Amino acid sequence: MADNPVLVIFPHPDDEAFGVSGTILHHTRSGTPVTYICLTLGEMGRNMGRPVMCTRETLPEIRLQELEEACRLLGIRDLRRFGMRDKTVEFADQEALTERVSDVINELAPAKIITFYPGYAVHPDHNATGEAVARAVARLPENNQPVIHAVAFSNDAYDALGPPDVNIDVADLREDKLGVIEAHASQTAGLIEQVKQRQNSDFIEDMLHTERFWTLDPAPYADSRS
Amino acid sequence: MKSIQPEAVQEALNERAGETLYIHLETTNGAYASHNDASFFSAGAFIRNVELRYIHGRIAGEGPYRIGLETSLGWLYAEGLTDWEIDDQDRVLFAGHDPEGRLAAALELSREPFRK
Repeated sequence: MADNPVLVIFPHPDDEAFGVSGTILHHTRSGTPVTYICLTLGEMGRNMGRPVMCTRETLPEIRLQELEEACRLLGIRDLRRFGMRDKTVEFADQEALTERVSDVINELAPAKIITFYPGYAVHPDHNATGEAVARAVARLPENNQPVIHAVAFSNDAYDALGPPDVNIDVADLREDKLGVIEAHASQTAGLIEQVKQRQNSDFIEDMLHTERFWTLDPAPYADSRS
Repeated sequence: MKSIQPEAVQEALNERAGETLYIHLETTNGAYASHNDASFFSAGAFIRNVELRYIHGRIAGEGPYRIGLETSLGWLYAEGLTDWEIDDQDRVLFAGHDPEGRLAAALELSREPFRK
């Protein structure tokens, strides 16, 4: 199934950097195409660079450039933007969002989708994105559903979901992954500084060495349409 | 952006009094505040592209600054403002940045709607 792409769906530029960029690189470097749907441009981000490098109104342009550079580093040749606004994903027309996701799934027939685990991904945009993906996959016949590898990082994730069932060793890609994180400089300058100062290093080094996913069963998200 | 100079700000506010403007007003403590500190009560709000015409506006404080705009029926208020600029589209952008440079408040006035 080498031709079936991996589909990555996240709401904000930089969501792909922390939890999954090593996994994406494994795919693209072994020849599997990766399509990335990024729902917003992170227009409402609180980080404006260190020192401050933009305004509320210029932040989206900066983040678009950062996203395009990150995709270049990741070997992602198919970036799709949904043009939604940061913080509003859960309030948008959920059926319309689900249908847009369904359209891309039907077009690409991905073998795997990477997204956030609904309810365990902290930011409301993350949770709403994962839910829309799960709903879209649940609409496919069971024998035709791509596997969903979901990222969860809420404080209660391990208690509620158990340990992640997919653990990808990306230690060999530590520097590449750091480069992708660094590409999102407006958002990550503080984190990069911590890496250099070796602060918070247990957490950061773990993130740079292992990527963890929970396989998400879409069935509970099926809508009861007659 | 540059540090707020109250006299220049006051002038910009005076110039726009009585005009129909589009407003972006926002406060935020970040989407991860309660995740990083469970005892932190996260609150924030934003409104974008609301039309507003103010009778008069004033900037007050020693920095961080406060701005109040009085309308015929009410008020707009923002505090914690530290930096500002008038951009190339003649929009007046104010931001309140915390010591790490993160945006905590924003107030923006434009004669044309902001991008949605």
